[in-house]
Amino acid sequence: MLLSARQLSCVRQDRVLFEQLDLQLHAGEVLQIAGKNGAGKSSLLRILSGLSEPEDGEVCYQQLPLAQSADDYADNLCFIGHLAGVQPQLTALENLQFWRACFALKSADDWALLATLGLAGLEDIPCQQLSAGQQRRVSLARLWLTSAQIWILDEPFTALDQSAIAGLTARIAAHCSQGGAVLLTSHQPVEIPGYAVREFMLEYRW
Amino acid sequence: MSHVAVFRATLKRELKLLARQKADWVNPLLFFIIILTLFPLGVGAKPNLLREIAPGVIWIAALLSVLLGAERQFRQDYRDGVLEQLVAARAPLLGYSLAKIAAGWISSGLPLILVSPLLALFLGLSAEALLAVVLTLLLGTPLLSLLSALGAALTLSADKGGILLALVILPLYIPLLIFASAAVEQAGFGLNYQAQLAVLAAMLCVASALVPIAVQKALKLNVG
Amino acid sequence: MFKWLDPYAKPQVLFATLLWWQRWLMPLAIVVLLIGTIWGLGFTPADYQQGDSYRIIHVHVPSAIWSMGVYAWMAIAAFIALVWQVKTAQWAIGAMAPIGAVYTLIALFTGAAWGKPMWGTWWVWDARLTSELILLFLFLGVMALQNAFADRQTGDKAAAVLAVVGVVNLPIIHFSVEWWNTLHQGATITKFAKPSMDPSMLWPLLICILGFALLFGALTCLRLRTAILQHEAHRPWVRQYVEEQQHARV
Repeated sequence: MLLSARQLSCVRQDRVLFEQLDLQLHAGEVLQIAGKNGAGKSSLLRILSGLSEPEDGEVCYQQLPLAQSADDYADNLCFIGHLAGVQPQLTALENLQFWRACFALKSADDWALLATLGLAGLEDIPCQQLSAGQQRRVSLARLWLTSAQIWILDEPFTALDQSAIAGLTARIAAHCSQGGAVLLTSHQPVEIPGYAVREFMLEYRW
Repeated sequence: MSHVAVFRATLKRELKLLARQKADWVNPLLFFIIILTLFPLGVGAKPNLLREIAPGVIWIAALLSVLLGAERQFRQDYRDGVLEQLVAARAPLLGYSLAKIAAGWISSGLPLILVSPLLALFLGLSAEALLAVVLTLLLGTPLLSLLSALGAALTLSADKGGILLALVILPLYIPLLIFASAAVEQAGFGLNYQAQLAVLAAMLCVASALVPIAVQKALKLNVG
Repeated sequence: MFKWLDPYAKPQVLFATLLWWQRWLMPLAIVVLLIGTIWGLGFTPADYQQGDSYRIIHVHVPSAIWSMGVYAWMAIAAFIALVWQVKTAQWAIGAMAPIGAVYTLIALFTGAAWGKPMWGTWWVWDARLTSELILLFLFLGVMALQNAFADRQTGDKAAAVLAVVGVVNLPIIHFSVEWWNTLHQGATITKFAKPSMDPSMLWPLLICILGFALLFGALTCLRLRTAILQHEAHRPWVRQYVEEQQHARV
């Protein structure tokens, strides 16, 4: 068991989003958090990634609470939220360079990587001139460079076209076959070739 | 993933952005010059009067124009989710904040020093007073950049960023304003102002040791 | 060493403890303040120089002393909140800041009202007055920052950072203002030389100082209890408490 949450609860503006929530993520598994808009999916992901603190309960990485294992966890986590994390005035290549310095990323041929993501010819124009889907692809390029075991992705399929979705699901499948684990949210059903996607339903509460 | 590597990468990135978005450093500079033009128009252009109020005017204009540039310092990275990813990866935020502060100084502090000879013409300063202006700006603008970065980081996710930033940070500028304008005033009378410079240097040392830590903390709590 | 304090970090336990303290402090504060002010305003001899107008000292000095005292307490709470991540300490900052701001305002107003007959002007840029005014700005800054966020928790934490930064800055501000004052103002207003006070004048003043401290304590208990209820509104124990209160009313 890589990641587990015990008795989590989250309150936003006096509204209880969820209470006493238990959740496990094992190696080689894809877990999809499903639920209506406003059910607290993003809040849950932010708590699980250690960005925000739960009102109650705790998150454990390899059986250790985050208070003790936060550094190890952060080294093994790749978090991409619903904001792409792409600086719009910089080019795709420059964004990758910055990430390489800040996150532990493998050195690779950025040009080739961007080409496989369908961004050939767009490597050196500012990202603000790219479409939303193309910006998403730039942000997802991190998944091809990271050696982190746990991926937490908030709505990774938003704005992507069919070919990009196929590329991303193939990447997720490859990651899981190497013992990785993926936690993601999506409004569409997610199909990963060769993997059963476990669904975790987050009920909308008033 | 060391602090130094992140500092270098962030500084390089910020300088590139400054080269691309010239408004980021041109606008505070223009603001500074316009405020200086407004004072003679408002209080009258008598040379003696101008010379008397010059130290205060220069420093108030300087701290307002640095403050003006500060609000945007972390905002874009916050809106785009860059900061969120940095915090989630527990990337060395200290290196990041230091680079941001350095870039902030290059964009809004350094240009003020470069145009300061213009002040001598506008406000009728003597050569000694101009030297004092340059020296106090050299010591004081980094301090302004540090404190305004703290304000920008604290108010990052607030609803009303701009005016709140000024409210929170301006009282903290008071010691700087007092000593810097006193130094310029002393220089105008041909007196020694080393003591004031020493106090400014001491404040800069204390602030550069403590403020980046507070900035880091403030960024984390705004993202979380 | 401080293990015995741990339970008090829990909102529910703290809430009950504060209620106990508030029940003692509030009446005590009122009684002490009444004794102090009535004695001070009504029964002490008039000052040989200032006549009756000096009597405002019984409000002015305690509020000025405790405006700084409140900031110190607020900074201590902020420090605890930042270092040990105690939520209730964060809420205490918000509970104390408005009290401090009002004390500061009282000190400034009574100072101005006292200054008019004594110095002939409502306001002078005296070092102590200026420091007090800046202290007011610091209080207002903490309050503004705390209320500026959609997420209340972020506001509490940001206010904690600002309170600590402010307390580091406060001595520097105070020192620089004092220095600035001696440079610019020179001898226009010398600090009004306090002749050693007669015990008959000193006692009511000391009682008033104690009264302001007790009032600060009582108001903090009250405001912190309200803050606990607001922050914990979704908890079962709060709902139960509110229902009990409603039943008691009916």
